[in-house]
Amino acid sequence: MKEPLLKVEGLKKHFPVRKGALGRVKGHVKAVDGVSFEVLPGETLGIVGESGCGKSTTGRLLMRLLEPSGGKVTFDGRELTALGGDEMRKVRRDIQMVFQDPYASLNPRHTIGKILEEPLLVHGMKDPKERKRKVREFLEIVGLSGYHSSRYPHQFSGGQRQRIGIARALMTNPKLIIADEPVSALDVSIQSQVLNLMQDLQREFGLTYIFISHDLSVVRHISDRVAVMYLGRIVEIAESDRLYEMPLHPYTQALLSAVPVPDPGFVREQIVLEGDIPSPADPPPGCPFHSRCPFRMDICKSKVPLLTEQETGHSVACHLYTEEARGDDNKKLVTEGSL
Amino acid sequence: MSEAVTQPVPGAPEEKAAGPWREAWTGFRKSKAALFGAAIVLMFVVLAFVGPLIAPEGINEQDMSKRLMAPSAEHWFGTDDFGRDILSRVIHGARISLWVGFFSVIGSVIVGSLLGIIAGYYGRWVDTIISRLFDIMLAFPSILLAIAIVSVLGPSLQNALIAIAVINVPNFGRLIRSKVLSIKQDEYITAAKAIGMKDSRILFSHILPNSMAPVIVQGTLAVATAILEAAALGFLGLGAQAPAPEWGKMLSDARNYLRDAPWTMIFPGLAIMLTVLGFNLMGDGLRDALDPKMKS
Repeated sequence: MKEPLLKVEGLKKHFPVRKGALGRVKGHVKAVDGVSFEVLPGETLGIVGESGCGKSTTGRLLMRLLEPSGGKVTFDGRELTALGGDEMRKVRRDIQMVFQDPYASLNPRHTIGKILEEPLLVHGMKDPKERKRKVREFLEIVGLSGYHSSRYPHQFSGGQRQRIGIARALMTNPKLIIADEPVSALDVSIQSQVLNLMQDLQREFGLTYIFISHDLSVVRHISDRVAVMYLGRIVEIAESDRLYEMPLHPYTQALLSAVPVPDPGFVREQIVLEGDIPSPADPPPGCPFHSRCPFRMDICKSKVPLLTEQETGHSVACHLYTEEARGDDNKKLVTEGSL
Repeated sequence: MSEAVTQPVPGAPEEKAAGPWREAWTGFRKSKAALFGAAIVLMFVVLAFVGPLIAPEGINEQDMSKRLMAPSAEHWFGTDDFGRDILSRVIHGARISLWVGFFSVIGSVIVGSLLGIIAGYYGRWVDTIISRLFDIMLAFPSILLAIAIVSVLGPSLQNALIAIAVINVPNFGRLIRSKVLSIKQDEYITAAKAIGMKDSRILFSHILPNSMAPVIVQGTLAVATAILEAAALGFLGLGAQAPAPEWGKMLSDARNYLRDAPWTMIFPGLAIMLTVLGFNLMGDGLRDALDPKMKS
């Protein structure tokens, strides 16, 4: 068993909601509410969920671009949540991020060369020749050319810009890359190119990815393991193939039933969830999903289900699988639902 | 390095990469009014530099036998109540007005940008203190505030300049603050933080250059206002002191002869008007060229 590269325990982010002239705190938006997972070196962990479920916030919390309200993040044996500002900046050379919007994540007033040089400069590579050489090298690695370095971001297409974003993340030889919806702003034809590039780079540099996306098929394509988030919590986490073939949580089942299948003859029972996703400022008591769950029981309204391992590497947070509810023969219901 | 430049690109000859400033210049060039404005400004700038060389007379060469003479071949703009050549004084005055205009605005931009960028980037109580300070300053009519400042410091051209700089600080401060507030939400700032960049570098290498476009526009327009304000202070006797050929002061001195010798007032007035017009046209053109919303 390999030591995990990244270990997240009970990570929380509560945004205070202020109201009135005095700005008094009138409650909290629980964007991320007790998320725990581990990432092994060299693997890709996918995080999926609807918009507003806290997946992007989780990514930003890991890098401490947002300060967590609680919980612990351990990276490579160091507890990130306990580091001071300066130490944290240094750790960032090992954790890099690829952003969603390739149009917004590059400074429009800097040339590509300057954008790519900056991580090196910040982390103390003093020799300008060496920096230029490395910029050219990485431009070629991501499928662009060295002469592109004198151009500006607006002279590139979306896919090319995302390649530049990836090159920037690679400049400091990081161990972990957090990719926050890296392909969702791109055309489908470009998406696969960028995904394949990311996979090639993973093999070449031994990278570990956390891949955040709302696109289930993209996540399946690239991830070794997948975590499903709902209202700031992980409701299910499993190996990618297993999750897609045998989802346990009713929410995962509903999500997967909504993925279009490229076969017009294929008939499948689609699980349509009732209602909207509840506001994270006022989540339902008990299981956050119970207000929309087709299998809800009494216990779901009062008790929060914990993420427990059902089979090796497959954990789910649902009372259908907990000891208290086992006797009710509810498991049968779920198996029917998953068909 | 030279390798990258000389590298042949099949099918696509390497063009000089057009930076954002270069593109703005291309846009600016298209507007005739803006170019006209820029030409006027350029003319006055040249006058300010070479004025003493081309002016027919000095600023204070009195000739009481030629008092209040109408414009003629000898004195194109006529003479004033001391028999001084008005053309010469107007030319010399360009240096004073532009000096006050430029330096007061540069002062306001530097102080305002610094305060605005700190308020916008750090937010919270820092922002509250700086913003309330701006609000207090803006609560006074600006010329009244300028008069108050000059009264405290004592009337002189230099103090008028300081007063004008001070009263314009909140305008630039608020402008920068709002721009910083929007830019710091942009993803490339998050990206810069994610790289591990220090706050100071983010502020001066990323946020400041990206918030400069509206400041340049506002700055150009503010030079015009500053010249007017300097003239107003001069007119009130709080700015340049005699015999300095400051345009506002010249207007003030001429007001007794308005009926009999209107040229004593018309030409300094025209000079003020032209300069202000030039800066305003240029500022409008710059705004159109730099405003990203106007771009396709």
